[in-house]
Amino acid sequence: MTTAIEVNCETGEVIERPLTADEIADREADAQAAATKAEQDAADAATKAQAKDALLAKLGITADEAALLLG
Amino acid sequence: MPNTYVLISSNVLTTAAASITFSAIPSTYTDLVVRWTGRGTTSGNYTITFNGTGGTSYSHIRMTGSGSAAASGQASSTSFIQYVLSLEDTSYTANTFDSNEIYVPGYATSNDKPTGGTGTQENNAALSYMNVTAGLFRSASAITSLTIGAQSGNMVADSSFYLYGIKNS
Repeated sequence: MTTAIEVNCETGEVIERPLTADEIADREADAQAAATKAEQDAADAATKAQAKDALLAKLGITADEAALLLG
Repeated sequence: MPNTYVLISSNVLTTAAASITFSAIPSTYTDLVVRWTGRGTTSGNYTITFNGTGGTSYSHIRMTGSGSAAASGQASSTSFIQYVLSLEDTSYTANTFDSNEIYVPGYATSNDKPTGGTGTQENNAALSYMNVTAGLFRSASAITSLTIGAQSGNMVADSSFYLYGIKNS
């Protein structure tokens, strides 16, 4: 069981309760969204790397040589 | 010297929990600070919300570094402020905890609430993340409750949380 802790600052009372169905659903949705974003970020990074490699090949230079040009 | 930094409440988890909420926060201070140390069952992010509000009330911008790489990002109209990769997990060095802070100026005003803070993982290994996050809570209501949660999994026992109030006199 996943729990939530609530601390009342006025009374000092501490309540430990199970997550509500809505809270569980929100957490699952957040986790799914985070996983989707991570996959998208990885795909974007791969696409960018491929484009960079293609451009270097077109120019006929290495990444180190490109860095020298830009430095 | 006035007592300007006052402990309002604190809690040390005695059992694993997905979130901790400080409720009934008094409006008698100018600013709030929460300092906490945590460790999770799943490595990842902390989420921070106010007044039990979700929806699209939050935005944040952050920088994150691992010691070998750095990244930055932002998110708008989210359901929480996110401390990315601040929550370390049980694969990290035993008995270590991450260290975090969030500062909330003007928490009792009718203006939107900006926040700022940091998160730092502790690990006796090469990989350990740190982040700096600026957040915004769009609400005209005074903040009366604050929730810190693990976005995935639980925060383990002995994670500790301290809520302070700042006075200007």
